[in-house]
Amino acid sequence: MSRSDVLTGADWVEAHRSDPGVVLVEVDEDTSAYDKGHIAGAVKIDWKKDLQDPVRRDFVDKTGFEALLSGRGIANDDTVVLYGGNNNWFAAYAYWYFRLYGHRSVKLLDGGRKKWELDSRELVEEVPHRPRTSYVASEPDTSIRAFRDEVVAAIGKQNLVDVRSPDEFSGKLLAPAHLPQESAQRPGHVPTAKNVPWAKSANDDGTFKSDDDLRALYRDEAGLDFDRATIAYCRIGERSAHTWFVLHELLGQGNVKNYDGSWTEYGSLVGVPIELGDAK
Amino acid sequence: MTDGCGAPADGAASLAGVDIDSQAVVQGQVIHDGSAVTTGYARLLNHGGDFVAEVPLSDGGGFTFFAAPGDWTVRVLAPGGVSVDRPVSAGYGRVAKLDIVI
Repeated sequence: MSRSDVLTGADWVEAHRSDPGVVLVEVDEDTSAYDKGHIAGAVKIDWKKDLQDPVRRDFVDKTGFEALLSGRGIANDDTVVLYGGNNNWFAAYAYWYFRLYGHRSVKLLDGGRKKWELDSRELVEEVPHRPRTSYVASEPDTSIRAFRDEVVAAIGKQNLVDVRSPDEFSGKLLAPAHLPQESAQRPGHVPTAKNVPWAKSANDDGTFKSDDDLRALYRDEAGLDFDRATIAYCRIGERSAHTWFVLHELLGQGNVKNYDGSWTEYGSLVGVPIELGDAK
Repeated sequence: MTDGCGAPADGAASLAGVDIDSQAVVQGQVIHDGSAVTTGYARLLNHGGDFVAEVPLSDGGGFTFFAAPGDWTVRVLAPGGVSVDRPVSAGYGRVAKLDIVI
């Protein structure tokens, strides 16, 4: 798989957004930005309302995913281009989710909504109408999803990548600093985890760094053993989906999982090991 | 507990209901030619220059961060390749105000 198979740019979107079989999707946690303006033709997916189970802590099941995509007018053979705010965190989460349910052609818009805005490209308020489809999802591919017991078992044995900021990793902060700091979980990180903040993989405009720079970052600077399996985590699994995208999709690493339970689960578990302090 | 993790689409989060005594708030506004900058981003960096958080500027050009006590940098990104850094010191029980002219 090449970079262009999984990542596209604004010029391609401008040229192809009206093509049959191409669907733009804006994904975010706070979707009020979409309501004020979005890329022409884009439909909206709300990370919380549409992708999360309303009762259990889990994401929607296969039937729910099929209903969501059918309702948005997305067909199995469409090329889906995902983008969003927050440096594409939630778009990357949705990308991981589309892959988990077996969608064949899906790409991220490099730089997401931020680069589009910083380049002063057009945003519109008109909401497109797409005819309903009958989407059929595959069974979830759990080879790309890690659960808590796997994380505990991976301590000292696999690559664990904590992609939160150094201040969250050390325990100084409990959440990204655009949120009030809360104390529901213990601070810290999974022992033996390397701290490679997601932001190191991106430029200021939100675009991904080159494959050579990314390989140097994870293998040479952080010391990840590319011959071992890797689990990435953050606080709720969306920033680590961004890193999963880098390692699995851009760099082609085979055995990489996203732990979407992440620190909100791990940091609340009874009896698991936790380490405090800066990266070693 | 907030079950999400994303920045609000309005980057100037309200402090209503927030216990300021337990938060080290950094808040400000970005201005250009006397007017609020409404398209752009404010990014919080730690003392090592690492990304900590980022919010889109509000309709009033505002931004709010909930940091920890200490020294931070706010970086403003705006169309036209604008990237401006300003230092700020935060502490519990007060709102560190920082207006940035670009």
